[in-house]
Amino acid sequence: MAQAGVEQTETMTVREAIRQGLREELDRDEDVYMMGEDIGDMGGVLAVTGDLVDEFGEERIRDTPISEAGFVGAATGAAATGTRPVVEIMFSDFMGVSMEQIMNQMAKMRYMFGGKTEMPVTVRTTEGGGMGAASQHSGTVHAWIAHFPGLKAVAPGTAASAKGLTKAAIRSNDPVFVFENKMIYEQQGEVPTDPDFIVPIGEAAVEREGSDVTVVATQRLVGESLDVADDLSDETSVEVIDARSLYPLDTDTIVESVEKTGRLVVADESPLSYGIHAEIATRAMEHAFFSLDAPIQRVGTPDTHVPFSPPLEREVVPGGDDVRDAIDRIA
Amino acid sequence: MSGYDLDSVDGRIEALRRMLTIRAFDETAGERFADGEIPGFVHLYIGEEAVGVGTCAALAADDYIASTHRGHGHCIAKGLDPTHMMAELYGKADGYCNGKGGSMHIADVDAGMLGANGIVGAGPPMATGAALSIDYQDRDQVAVGFLGDGAVAQGQVHEAINLASTWDLPAIFVIENNQYGEGTPVDKQHNVDNLSDTAAAHDIPGITVDGMDVTAVAEAVTEARDRARAGVGPTIVEAETYRFRGHYEGDEQVYRDDEEVERWRKRDPITSFKERLIDRGELTEDEFEELQAEAEETIEDALEYAQEAPEPEPSEAYDDMFAEPVPEIEAFARTARTDGGDR
Repeated sequence: MAQAGVEQTETMTVREAIRQGLREELDRDEDVYMMGEDIGDMGGVLAVTGDLVDEFGEERIRDTPISEAGFVGAATGAAATGTRPVVEIMFSDFMGVSMEQIMNQMAKMRYMFGGKTEMPVTVRTTEGGGMGAASQHSGTVHAWIAHFPGLKAVAPGTAASAKGLTKAAIRSNDPVFVFENKMIYEQQGEVPTDPDFIVPIGEAAVEREGSDVTVVATQRLVGESLDVADDLSDETSVEVIDARSLYPLDTDTIVESVEKTGRLVVADESPLSYGIHAEIATRAMEHAFFSLDAPIQRVGTPDTHVPFSPPLEREVVPGGDDVRDAIDRIA
Repeated sequence: MSGYDLDSVDGRIEALRRMLTIRAFDETAGERFADGEIPGFVHLYIGEEAVGVGTCAALAADDYIASTHRGHGHCIAKGLDPTHMMAELYGKADGYCNGKGGSMHIADVDAGMLGANGIVGAGPPMATGAALSIDYQDRDQVAVGFLGDGAVAQGQVHEAINLASTWDLPAIFVIENNQYGEGTPVDKQHNVDNLSDTAAAHDIPGITVDGMDVTAVAEAVTEARDRARAGVGPTIVEAETYRFRGHYEGDEQVYRDDEEVERWRKRDPITSFKERLIDRGELTEDEFEELQAEAEETIEDALEYAQEAPEPEPSEAYDDMFAEPVPEIEAFARTARTDGGDR
């Protein structure tokens, strides 16, 4: 098990955990540096990079022009030529501006070149509705990346996994996208402090054991599903899994749980059609079909964009109540 | 230098040899494509040889280039082996990309060749990135991004130049203006007289040179390289040239007439360079013919090798996706065809 050093922990927020992970990797490897909009003196628009520029300087915490195609493209070229850039895309919605560089260069170079280059680039970005930021700053787009061959995608739901996955992404020689959720930056958790701690890409975590129904959740919905599981504990035993890694996906952990519970809810904030939910449901069906006692339930955004007005936003952004309804339907 | 500094006689002869090798390679590729032996599609560099060779003559062996869809000439100019290039065009296992890339994606990162590229305008961000690595690690290298005239209309090109100029990165952007962006003439795609005028927007030097003159290209790129290494940022070099063939093989070229093509053919970069070397007493007609015969023989050997080389195994389609493999692809690989691809 690569999760060395889990003994020593500290309570901190998701934001602090990510920053600690970034700091440790910047300390560990001089070839690692960050690029993004307002990540230096401003400390990041959602304050994730914070004061890293004071510690590491402007050469390593690089403010870029507002130019996603330019700096994502440059990060791709840099990763192919011996350095290990960590890019921040301010909001995941802005990935569209750089999609050509992501899909045709970053994702394909290694394969197209017959394996003759590495692509050690990390892309961090923030997703999700809930703060009235409207459609162009609230999207959840990680299914695009998880779907696209040649890219790896992780979407942590706890402070510990946010730190461990950020570190694993930076150490990986493959392009890894870390999808943070902007509503859980203040969420607290126990975080291992050993600098060798990482969360291996491709491993889910059983955050709470249960026997009646499995909830496979991501990002903010992990915490909300754990709250639901607490609320229901007198009547229903809910197992909550943080998928953590979307591609590769830890099929074994999910299947093992479904074989035990016979019921599955998939909770992920991305739009419901043609996405993460369908993939997880399919894997459960392929590998645990005869263990299933009820139809698999999906909790996600109902195929709309995220609207501005708070009552409209509350309508479409999925939450714990939706998870609870889904459990009620089958358990 | 790349082994053919144009300041020496030997270097000039080597430049001529490379131009002849490119010409022979692409003539053969065109013929074999027409015969149906080469799958996919090919974009030939014939007529533009002076740009790739002039540029690479000004570079050191470990400098980087990022190429375009019309990349065969850049590869040979940079020193890639035509044998493994031809094997790649044939989709063979020991082509440069093990058959996964083909004409449009030949790459040899260790040799400084960051790939031909099927996306118009994708090379400059790659070059800016390589220049960023160079700058970050204080290495004494430069990175060249080749782009066509059509690519100058692409947003990512300007983003790449803006980043490189803002950060004073050691990059050079070489615009190969062959007068047509695919089938549309350059003046219907851009509002500037010279494409190098776009340099003004970035406050960097922009120069337009005769792209049919290998020496003029080399001089401009040498100056750009000195500037890049001095840490004062990138330069745009526009080389005015012409492709003697269509945009792709099979292009009927309804957008231009024979007279225009003939006019440019009279400025053939190989013929004019040859004549200049003969005038200077550095080459004889016999020596030229010998060089040409050698280039053709090199390509004939490459062709023969490529034709005979083994195909990749179908299971190799699952290799090289990731440095750290994923169980998904390993599972799919277990169902690979074992009968040469037919089912």
